[in-house]
Amino acid sequence: MAITAPLVQPASHLWSISPWRISHVRRELADTFTLTLDPPADAADAAAAFLPGQFNMLYVFGCGEVPISISGAAGEGGRLKHTIRAVGAVTRALRQLRAGDVVGVRGPFGAGWPIDDTAGSDVVIVAGGIGLAPLRPAVEAILHARERYGRFIVLYGARSPEDILFARDLGRWSSRLDTYVDVTVDRAAGAWRGNVGLVTALIARVGLEAEHTVAFLCGPEAMMRFAVGALAKRGVEAGRTYLSLERNMKCGVGLCGRCQLAGHFVCRDGPVFRLDRIPNVFQVREL
Amino acid sequence: MAGATRPDDGACVLDTGALEQLIELLRADGYRVVGPQVTDGAIVLNTIAGASDLPAGVTDDQEPGRYRLRQGTPEALFGYAAPPQGWKRFLFAPDETLWRAVRTEGGFRCEEEPLASGRTAMLGVRPCDLRAVDILDQVFTRSGVVDPRYQARRAATLIIAVECTQAGGTCFCASMGSGPDIVADDANSGADIILTEYTTAGAPLLLARPVSGRGGELLASVQCRQATAADCEAAAEAVKSAARSMGRQMPADVATLVGRSLDHPHWEDVAARCLGCGNCTAVCPTCFCSTVEDSTDIAGTTAERRRRWDSCFTRDFSTLHGGPIRSSGAARYRQWLAHKLAHWWEQFGRSGCVGCGRCITWCPVGIDITAEARALTEREGRTDANH
Repeated sequence: MAITAPLVQPASHLWSISPWRISHVRRELADTFTLTLDPPADAADAAAAFLPGQFNMLYVFGCGEVPISISGAAGEGGRLKHTIRAVGAVTRALRQLRAGDVVGVRGPFGAGWPIDDTAGSDVVIVAGGIGLAPLRPAVEAILHARERYGRFIVLYGARSPEDILFARDLGRWSSRLDTYVDVTVDRAAGAWRGNVGLVTALIARVGLEAEHTVAFLCGPEAMMRFAVGALAKRGVEAGRTYLSLERNMKCGVGLCGRCQLAGHFVCRDGPVFRLDRIPNVFQVREL
Repeated sequence: MAGATRPDDGACVLDTGALEQLIELLRADGYRVVGPQVTDGAIVLNTIAGASDLPAGVTDDQEPGRYRLRQGTPEALFGYAAPPQGWKRFLFAPDETLWRAVRTEGGFRCEEEPLASGRTAMLGVRPCDLRAVDILDQVFTRSGVVDPRYQARRAATLIIAVECTQAGGTCFCASMGSGPDIVADDANSGADIILTEYTTAGAPLLLARPVSGRGGELLASVQCRQATAADCEAAAEAVKSAARSMGRQMPADVATLVGRSLDHPHWEDVAARCLGCGNCTAVCPTCFCSTVEDSTDIAGTTAERRRRWDSCFTRDFSTLHGGPIRSSGAARYRQWLAHKLAHWWEQFGRSGCVGCGRCITWCPVGIDITAEARALTEREGRTDANH
């Protein structure tokens, strides 16, 4: 199964940013928010053609630029959602912005989830924390063509009940009879009556037929390392396991060298990789 | 290589006067001619006005962590090895503005910085550095997305290469297949003209092979004599002597060796000596990593983005969510060496090292990339024996 090929940016637009207007700001969690961005007319077609798993570079005037995965489409016309955790200077500046403000955008970049290539398979989605953001458009795409897939399983882990991202979406997916959703938290107090423990425990007990199953993973690397191990124990091979990686990147197209990871550039060859293409990533420290 | 040169290849012989004419022709044609010259005790690449700016009779001593100029063959213009800087700065600017943005009513407008204009002739590009230019061409223009700024500069560049007739103290190009002669077919070398300096009757002469059409036109316009078989033989012999006198070499199987040694204890050994200064990446003719810096004017009404050379030896290089992925010196040195010698093959189908030896000469503690690579073999052998 080939990973969906990236869109190639015309050279003339390599560095030039396009001004997109914020149409809506949604507070998701204490440190996490979603910006819905409206593209200018000349960028609308490229935006509408984004692939689940791709990212955009978002620029705050004078402050800097960060890669942010696209967390969903918002209706027609290329309006896109970006879910962001405020952890650095640029993401904190993004959090200060309001509807009507303008953000600079380059993209979409990178290889996405193999949505079309995995039709016919059972699909297990394993997400941790904000790792659900780049997987949400994949879930929506699969639900949109639900009849093309076998069993569909979404497993999600968050630090605490207050850190569960997209709780409304998880509830909506869970209410479908054709989708199995299970959520766990690392720790909980008070009213939480759900699972407590690591997402690997959910993998251990879910019903799956390994030979028909593909897995899509995104979350902290430690979580993915254990999740990959738990999936392997269930018989899901590296050749059927896809994960989204994150690295420091400046250009988005394989020219700045920052995101070099073994024989790959994460921005161009990823961020979604098939695990057997990056066998070292969880075995060599500080790769 | 020079061995393939026959007098009927259009080769001719230039003396200093003819080289002067060639430089004059280029300047008259609007080229900025960049070449080696002695500045502050080193050979530096900069704009030259004529052949008299070239380092006549100068040679260099290069050792790990050491570089000195001294008197060499009298009147020889190219009797030294790779100078400190590579040529990449003339194609891939160390620091350049990519665009400027101006605040407008309710937003901002982004204007790309115009592409570089003006033609550059690079005179004195060694075979290792010519290979490095081809490697950069591949990175920036033949690997998917084309960098328009690199492409514009490269398209306006004319290259006069010079084969090496003496090996520097840290050179290992022969073992990388990138020198001391032009190893590729001349036609695929990327050069417009290839020069080889040799001595007959005590006087240095330049054998000149035209490669591109432009190079042929230029040579046809200077006063020179057609090369004889004796000229070609003398030049070929001078290049062969450089290959014979080269003291260092890279292990032949280095790519696979490094690829399977990512968790080798030797990286800690290098890290104990490495200062993490990034000199090796700054002088490497193929290191292409960059960062961008965004800033505004003091009023906050205009912003700009600059691109700068960067180094994988900085902690900032791999920083994600507030901390570096490669926090140890061992991981950062491994990143540099493994990318250059092993992972480059996966990304570009060849090595990223051309054997110029600059990283050895300019390492302040004299770390030798060929010795570190060899240490991986030796320790690997010892580990195997112990098990």
